[in-house]
Amino acid sequence: MKFFPLLMVAALAATVPAMAEEVTLYSARIESLIKPLLDAYTKETGVQVRFVTDKEGPLMERLKAEGANTPADILLTVDAGNLWQAQQLGLLKPIKSTVLEANVPAHLRDPQGEWFGLSVRARTMFYNTEQVKPSQLSTYEDLADPKWKGKLCLRTSKKVYNQSLVGTMIARLGEPKTEQIVRGWVANLATDPFADDTMMLKAIAAGQCDVGIANTYYFGRLIDKNAKLPLAVFWPNQKTNGVHVNISGAGVTRYAKNEKGAIKLLEWLSSEKAQNLYADVNMEYPVNPKVKPDPKVAAWGDFKHDYINVAKAGELQTTAVKLMDRAGYR
Amino acid sequence: MSAQIETSTLPLRPILLGLRRGWDENVLAWLIAAITLLPLAVVLASLLQPQADIWAHLTEFVLPGLLVNTVWLVAGVGLATLALGVSLAWLTAIYDFPGRKYFSWALALPLAMPAYVLAFVQIGLYDFTGPVQTLIREMWGNSHWVPPIRSRGGVILTLTLALYPYVYLLARNAFQTQGRRALEAAASLGLSRRQGFWRVALPMARPWLVGGVTLALMECLADFGTVATFNYDTFTTAIYKAWFSLFNLTAASQLASLLVLMVFVLALMEQHVRGDKRYTASGRLAHGRRERLRGARGALAAMVCLFVLALAFLIPLAQLLWWAQSVAVDQLDLRYFGFIGRSLLLSAGAALLVVLLALGLAYAVRRRTSLASRVVARLATIGYAIPGTVLAVGVFIPIAWLDNRLVEWVHALGWGEPTQLIKGTLAVMLLAYVARFLAVAFEPTQSAMQRITASQEEAAASMGLGRRAVLRRIHLPMLRGGLLTAALMVFVDVMKEMPITLMTRPFGWDTLSVRVFEMTSEGQWEMAALPAVAIVLAGLIPVILLAWHTEKHT
Repeated sequence: MKFFPLLMVAALAATVPAMAEEVTLYSARIESLIKPLLDAYTKETGVQVRFVTDKEGPLMERLKAEGANTPADILLTVDAGNLWQAQQLGLLKPIKSTVLEANVPAHLRDPQGEWFGLSVRARTMFYNTEQVKPSQLSTYEDLADPKWKGKLCLRTSKKVYNQSLVGTMIARLGEPKTEQIVRGWVANLATDPFADDTMMLKAIAAGQCDVGIANTYYFGRLIDKNAKLPLAVFWPNQKTNGVHVNISGAGVTRYAKNEKGAIKLLEWLSSEKAQNLYADVNMEYPVNPKVKPDPKVAAWGDFKHDYINVAKAGELQTTAVKLMDRAGYR
Repeated sequence: MSAQIETSTLPLRPILLGLRRGWDENVLAWLIAAITLLPLAVVLASLLQPQADIWAHLTEFVLPGLLVNTVWLVAGVGLATLALGVSLAWLTAIYDFPGRKYFSWALALPLAMPAYVLAFVQIGLYDFTGPVQTLIREMWGNSHWVPPIRSRGGVILTLTLALYPYVYLLARNAFQTQGRRALEAAASLGLSRRQGFWRVALPMARPWLVGGVTLALMECLADFGTVATFNYDTFTTAIYKAWFSLFNLTAASQLASLLVLMVFVLALMEQHVRGDKRYTASGRLAHGRRERLRGARGALAAMVCLFVLALAFLIPLAQLLWWAQSVAVDQLDLRYFGFIGRSLLLSAGAALLVVLLALGLAYAVRRRTSLASRVVARLATIGYAIPGTVLAVGVFIPIAWLDNRLVEWVHALGWGEPTQLIKGTLAVMLLAYVARFLAVAFEPTQSAMQRITASQEEAAASMGLGRRAVLRRIHLPMLRGGLLTAALMVFVDVMKEMPITLMTRPFGWDTLSVRVFEMTSEGQWEMAALPAVAIVLAGLIPVILLAWHTEKHT
């Protein structure tokens, strides 16, 4: 009988030292976009990093159910809204890091230091170069104008990227004005909203519609495969608030076992040497202003981006979703 | 056990036996049901916390439209899978025509094609930007007259093509085990073959057909991947909207509870209408006595089968292979051995466990027509109607809770400082699969059980065989077809399963469906083709094994 606990201790003792330095990630960013980085980190520092991927919702429920016994040190997501929600649920812990504060501009991180952006994802406009001249385009709001009737393509309102876009519009323009714009978009749709940005961009290129709103890296992937597509980027709202941006980012979990290791990893991810790897692997923009984007990405041109804090997107997400439901934007 | 009862108390024996058996079997049934009841309780517990403002919003702007959509989907997919599954099963079970031997197993192949994969293939092929419409535009200038695939009809078509094999497999089981005598009797009474089908074969196959359609509809109601790809809003859409977009898992669970209650009531009603009719076989189906369809009729039968197979399997597979070969150079690496190996291991383990428990449950409730036994069987199998991610959370919460208590004890006893003990083990994954897929194994097993008469069991018992011996020597041989079908369907379903695998897998335990998730979550459909093809090909293994076995035994 005494043998059993002894065995347990032996088994556990064998696993504990190996885990002491290890950092554990719960990641909504997919494996192929984080593994190259984490491998590079391990190579450089010798610190092992393990992770599981899943959608944000289940990952947060997991953290909640595991409570103090969670193995996760870091939660990584692909938008600010979910980080904001994790913060509301008390799943993250505020951290103080001068490195992160220096590397990540203030509007791309939580003011309380619970989460930090690691790459910037610009949600901009794309048009069919055979049917539209860039001079005809101006702002997101303008796409509600009846002149675009039957010419607009959109992705579904169920995607968080659109919820964040509308959320920040609410912050800037107020609810009634935003609802009017969203109703205008819906009235201008050429076809039912698409399930993803790629499908939508293909539809613009094929001439099913003239113009639409998408994240730049989807466009990057498409023209990487077929440079001749009659599809081009347009940077809207340059005379006003700027292009809507979101982040992929991360925070340290409230019950992190290896808080120090977690902060070190986040600092490294925001550093100049890691930022290119982080952003370029998916043709996103670095958060660190000292780092230039990939030449392919830079070729799409410079643009002014919206300096509203991305936390607003999370705060107003519910409002935005309800507004889009009312406006009949599926 | 029966041997322990004194033979001298002969009149008392059946009563004692009945009482005792009743008690054991009830306990067995409830124990098996507990695996599903726990996560179900987590989901239902949400009903205790009203979420008034979310509900006000949902009922005004969201629910009306998608209830209509859901009713259409259920009616459309229900009728279409029934018609398609039954007619193909009847064709391949009763007639002979060119290629019948191949079609009879090949028509089950679409089972290996995940519905969410079929969805993106269909859209890729038939939407405005796809090759079909592009070709039409090149030839005729426009393609406006082509019915849109991203539509109600398109969703119903896609889900029907993905789900009809459930009905097909069960119906074929029914027709193959129905016995020739009933049909011969019908013929001798002057009924034509067609009348025999409508008035004898079909009513006698009812439990199988209901079982198959139940599975198709439960999967259809719980489906998110397919309808999301079509952006077709159903009840499930509202569930995920409440959770992921409105950040309210409680409201999402309440919606899921309503869904479950609806399925539960409908299933009980069907059983009530079915009553305690018996569906035992009379006479073996004589082998090699299929009716031969000659000439044009034979060719037509073969063409119908080929058409369905092409639409549901061959064309989508060709498209997947085309995409897969374009990314294989970059994507295919040694890790795929791991993905495939883990997928096969999980599928096989889950198939074994789920079928075993389904057999236990079907055996325990086999002669019971009481409300209680119907309720327990329905509860145990309701997990299949709960949207996957919601069920995954339902499974995870009690396990994490239990794990936290265990960890506390280990700490208190000074045995170490672990953070998890049972969580993140394969045992937990397999139990979670039971909660989800028990229905898939239960329906074919329970249907097959209907072929065994009470008198066969009694005769065996009177010859002094114990209960285990009866199960082994009477039930198992007669249930073989049903159990194999059950194992096949669970195997393939686990291979395709995403949310539970994502949430309960240990670190580093990525499977093929996890790979599909990784690719599709960033909209990289072409890249997802590679793991999707691997899922389909791995799913072929059991389908071919089953076909081989059926050919050997008929």
